[in-house]
Amino acid sequence: MVDEATKRSLAQIPLLKTKAGPRDGELWVTRLKEEYQSLIKYVQNNKESDNDWFRLESNKEGTRWFGKCWYIHELLKYEFDVEFDIPITYPTTAPEIALPELDGKTAKMYRGGKICLTDHFKPLWARNVPKFGIAHAMSLGLGPWLAVEIPDLIQKEIISHKGRADEK
Amino acid sequence: MATIESLQKKIKELEAQLQKERNEKQQINRPKITQMSSEVVDSNPYSRLMALKRMGIVDNYEKIREYTVAVVGVGGVGSVTAEMLTRCGIGKLLLFDYDKVELANMNRLFYQPHQAGMSKVEAAEKTLKEINPDVEFEVYNYNITTMDNFNHFMERIKNGGLKEGEPVNLVLSCVDNFEARMTINTACNELGQNWIESGVSENAVSGHIQFIIPGETSCFACAPPLVVATKTDEKTLKREGVCAASLPTTMAVVAGFLVQNTLKYLLGFGDVTYYLGYNALQDYFPSMTLRPNPQCDDNYCKKQQQAFQIKEATKPKVEKTEEKVEEIVHDDNVWEIQLVSETTEDELREADGQVPNLVEGLKVAYTTPAPTQASNEKTVDSTEKSLDELMKEMQGL
Repeated sequence: MVDEATKRSLAQIPLLKTKAGPRDGELWVTRLKEEYQSLIKYVQNNKESDNDWFRLESNKEGTRWFGKCWYIHELLKYEFDVEFDIPITYPTTAPEIALPELDGKTAKMYRGGKICLTDHFKPLWARNVPKFGIAHAMSLGLGPWLAVEIPDLIQKEIISHKGRADEK
Repeated sequence: MATIESLQKKIKELEAQLQKERNEKQQINRPKITQMSSEVVDSNPYSRLMALKRMGIVDNYEKIREYTVAVVGVGGVGSVTAEMLTRCGIGKLLLFDYDKVELANMNRLFYQPHQAGMSKVEAAEKTLKEINPDVEFEVYNYNITTMDNFNHFMERIKNGGLKEGEPVNLVLSCVDNFEARMTINTACNELGQNWIESGVSENAVSGHIQFIIPGETSCFACAPPLVVATKTDEKTLKREGVCAASLPTTMAVVAGFLVQNTLKYLLGFGDVTYYLGYNALQDYFPSMTLRPNPQCDDNYCKKQQQAFQIKEATKPKVEKTEEKVEEIVHDDNVWEIQLVSETTEDELREADGQVPNLVEGLKVAYTTPAPTQASNEKTVDSTEKSLDELMKEMQGL
């Protein structure tokens, strides 16, 4: 289902407590704080294990998220813009993470560059409402997607490295 | 270089050509019809529908013009659904979709290659108005699942009827994803709005419709999504390099079921179906009624259930006899063979949570565990930091 490394890093992400979506007023603010705490911890963990791979920030309402994610392939860094909205049904339904610049370049995407997740993701998410948050969606959704799709896109020469200036 | 004279001549020619095209088009676009007639003449677009009255199927077909239906998602199922309702002479249609027409849609019905690039709702409105100018339209090109659009979406369901301020009569969900279905479910539970959910599986060989009356029948959040079993082994289902397959056939069949049920409900003929599945591989059609889950995750669903219970309690009771199913008991068991499970039934039930009773050929897509008070899980600590501080901390990483 998910590889051991993902499982281990997933277990390190603090779970969330508040079941609230963007229509829930003050409760959403509480949830949003938990989201940030969980994300901060996840990014810190990634840095410590030398596996830093994304940055995210949101608008002040916490309904729209954007940032960057990157993938290292054969010592070269490939970086992409990442964005998603928090649906009004969140956290019952997971956010639909999108990489707009790859829209149309791979069949494993829905319109607008939303990544196509595996059959396992939705049941896993559903079983963990409301404990899973954005950090979990990144770890279980976008992480494995990049690991499968990016090497494939590079190999098919659909994407290429943007030049040495982009490197870390 | 062309002279002014030759250019003027060219303009005249083009103007004449344009006028000719316009005249032809005008002849195709018939004027609006104020009253549905049952006169059987070639020029009456409603004669075959009104014949349903003469045949004793429908009492009052012309009532269809008083109804408003909202179609959410005008893709493979929704566009065909909207076309059927348009041809049936529905009073008003509200269409919602944020997608554009693409050449990749051409394996399904309705849209045409020259419409590629247009928004689906805009393209649909244009075609449908040509087919039947009597139908009123309201179209919205946006994603209903985001905060900004959701409020507007709900407001239109509540007030978008034929007479402004009245609710629509029925919402039809023809979307292709779980998030949008849950969004419609949220809106309809809050508004107490009846709706019919529809769907086609990603492997294109099964589909379903489900009529949801908030409080009375199972809502979309009452149970995990139902799956029509097609006896294909999911492990052998190849998903290499694709997200979803689609067939015009399955989509049109589901659209047909959806509109048939809509007509039966609105015009009051036949039996309205609560759940109808379609297994295209074995041609199997499971059908059943799903009761709501008292522990539903959606608070408005629970409120609607209470309201329905109160309403039901005031109605006179009808006695029902229950059928007894005889248990199979083997008379002799010489070797004293017993089946012993490694997990207890309680453990299994806890892991699977609430699973609805389903007819043969249906299963839940997945199960969700019953809520537990796990104490050893690592959750976020309570924090004194403000949201702004946390946002800054995240940016500073």
